[in-house]
Amino acid sequence: MLQSSRFLCSHSLPPGGVTAWVRRFGSRRKLTAEEIEMPFAGVLAKQYVHRPEFKKTYEGIPILRQLEYDGTLVDGIELPFPLEEGVAMYQTMLKLTVYDQIMYDIQRQGRISFYMTNSGEEAAQVGSSAALDLGDVIFPQYRELGVLMWRGFTLQDIVDQCFSLKGDPGKGRQMPVHYTSKKLNIQTISSPLATQIPHATGCGYAFRMRRQKNCAVTYFGEGAASEGDFIPAINFAATLKSQTLFICRNNGFAISTPVSEQYIGDGIAVRGIAYGINTIRVDGNDIVASYNATKEARRLCLEEEAPCVVELMTYRVGHHSTSDDASRYRQDEEAKAWQEEGMSGVGRFKRFLINQEQDMKLAQETKKQAIQAIREGDKEKYCPIDEGLFEDVYDTPDWRLREQQAHLHKHLETHADKYDMSRYEPSAAFPFPADSKPKK
Amino acid sequence: MADHGPTEKMNLFTAVNGALHIAMETDPTACVFGEDVAFGGVFRCSIDLREKFGPHRVFNTPLSEQGIAGFAIGMAAVGHTAIAEMQFADYIFPAFDQLVNEAAKFRYRAGGVWDCGGLTVRSAWGAVGHGGHYHSQCPEAYFAHTPGLKVVVPRGPYQAKGLLLSCIRDRNPCVFFEPKALYRAAVDQVPVGDYNLPLSKADVVQEGDDITCVGWGTQVHRMLKAAEMAKEEGISCEIIDLQTILPWDVHTIEESVKKTGRLLVTHEAPLTQGFGAEIAASITERCFFSLEAPIKRVCGYDVPFPLIYEKFYLPDEYKIFEGIKEVCA
Ligand SMILES: Cc1ncc(C[n+]2csc(CCOP(=O)(O)OP(=O)(O)O)c2C)c(N)n1
Ligand SMILES: [Mg+2]
Repeated sequence: MLQSSRFLCSHSLPPGGVTAWVRRFGSRRKLTAEEIEMPFAGVLAKQYVHRPEFKKTYEGIPILRQLEYDGTLVDGIELPFPLEEGVAMYQTMLKLTVYDQIMYDIQRQGRISFYMTNSGEEAAQVGSSAALDLGDVIFPQYRELGVLMWRGFTLQDIVDQCFSLKGDPGKGRQMPVHYTSKKLNIQTISSPLATQIPHATGCGYAFRMRRQKNCAVTYFGEGAASEGDFIPAINFAATLKSQTLFICRNNGFAISTPVSEQYIGDGIAVRGIAYGINTIRVDGNDIVASYNATKEARRLCLEEEAPCVVELMTYRVGHHSTSDDASRYRQDEEAKAWQEEGMSGVGRFKRFLINQEQDMKLAQETKKQAIQAIREGDKEKYCPIDEGLFEDVYDTPDWRLREQQAHLHKHLETHADKYDMSRYEPSAAFPFPADSKPKK
Repeated sequence: MADHGPTEKMNLFTAVNGALHIAMETDPTACVFGEDVAFGGVFRCSIDLREKFGPHRVFNTPLSEQGIAGFAIGMAAVGHTAIAEMQFADYIFPAFDQLVNEAAKFRYRAGGVWDCGGLTVRSAWGAVGHGGHYHSQCPEAYFAHTPGLKVVVPRGPYQAKGLLLSCIRDRNPCVFFEPKALYRAAVDQVPVGDYNLPLSKADVVQEGDDITCVGWGTQVHRMLKAAEMAKEEGISCEIIDLQTILPWDVHTIEESVKKTGRLLVTHEAPLTQGFGAEIAASITERCFFSLEAPIKRVCGYDVPFPLIYEKFYLPDEYKIFEGIKEVCA
């Protein structure tokens, strides 16, 4: 190494000597001796080697685990939240599993067109979101209902959206599970993958710029992290210093594609490190670790005014969606193993709470309430046709939209018997009788 | 229909699958890849390919459409046949740069020295009843604005197999949109063997005297239903399936309009700047003195594709029927 400092003998200097170097770096001062020793900007290298050496493997990023399979906390770790809050978190997870099961079943019955369950990822979702502030803005992917529920998203909100009812702020325009909530600072879920990740970067920058003590928080799958939007999102956040948490749910699959075909490197976390970002990897089925890691990431993010990457290791226990049949590409036994009490996030935390002699039976009502809400959802109305179809394209509709609305109105008048309009709330422009049903 | 040997009942996804099998058998350089294609694809179009042709030729890619398109162009640039799948046409936009700036200009910018003609991008396209914003779109017009690309949409299994094989073998980059509503719904007697259907050739599906109706993909079936209704009113419709959106067959339509004197164009995509506008402008230029009425476009409204308002959004057979009556009044 000492020898290597000899590399800068005079003949390796460009004509004009050191001043030319100085110009090349765009600065007017002279380079320091250290800079001449290592003149390359933007790398961490501190030494030269003299034989070609390729870097590929290293020891890997460890996984934070604080709650053991048997439900005991690792020595020296204390519950980071009050016990009652822990019970509330557990209840949220249980509710999530109940809602998922019911919504999945009614999709099978054809009462909603589509659904995606969260099974296996409850602890990752609830644990991470419990560590956030309500003022933090969430940029979700789609498999984060537990995050939304912890922030206050209700059964009725879920039913309204999945049934496309008029209570859905999105006015029934998007497929089921594409939730939104201004009140809860949840940006609208969008199917195109990874598009929300750079949004969180921009939002986190805006927060820093206006000195708001909040983070932008984006959730995404390990599959989505392969999309082109991911890399600029984290690189912008690192270079521009965004107050953004990038939370990856690494659940082993992107539809049928296992992680072994998604990437060869050390998960998603290694990319955070590659981009110079504070990064942590967590056992996502450990609700305590998920909480603690996110809490600390949030603190760091606000203190350093810089992003963090959190990789929550978990497993997608259910099918990708109701359009998918996972038995086509993986063994059912594999998913079963992940549902064992100690492995699963819900089961592991249940063991902990039992050890604390907590009564955390989920009120029998949860299921009843859900069934009741769905029963009502089946009858509830959709948004009026004109509002639902033509509003919100722009802040105010232009002449084309007005003409097209008039066209549709006339068309429906002429062909009222061809369209089932019974579910749509009548409006001034579309006063079609609520009992209109196609004759056929 | 030309004779292409023995036929079998196929739906659209089995016809696509059949075309892929033949393409792989007849061309050892051919590869099929994309998101989730290895296990047969989310629409089952690539089923059994991996078992038959091996994981080197049939494989999953990481989840990136721009990666898929760029990778495919690179293979094609050195003489391979690259058959890339974009899971949904709604998700082709990350690949837009690769397709529009790279694939489309590959030959032109190299003075013909390089090309990526072996590239075909397949994608599930169009409304399906419950797709909402992002599982319903018809983005053909964006690509039709790009010299150097070919854009093709089949209306049924027979066309799907023959046109897809033509795209794969054509020496230009092709974007092949498969109407996903028809994957299972449309059933034809389809030749079991190898056959090509010509690109850039419209198909006169039904002859008629009073009005020419032009559409593609799912819309052809709606036009046929509308034509039935119009027939009861004494209007005889000539139905043309454009099949290739770019480069398109103006001559077949021109000839038809010179005969009927009237034209209606219909597509699922929004009205404004849809490919219907191009057809209307060109036919006005070429057939102005034969036209007896203004050209009518019956298209999607100028809104994003809306889940529970789909049936009101779509230019269905009743709207087409009204359009026909208006033009023929
Ligand atoms: C741009 C884009 N390409 C493809 C898809 C289709 N698609 C929907 S979900 C999905 C897999 C996503 O996997 P991952 O990000 O790991 O999330 P997970 O489903 O595992 O929660 C795919 C390929 C899409 N929605 N958007
Ligand atoms: Mg995943």
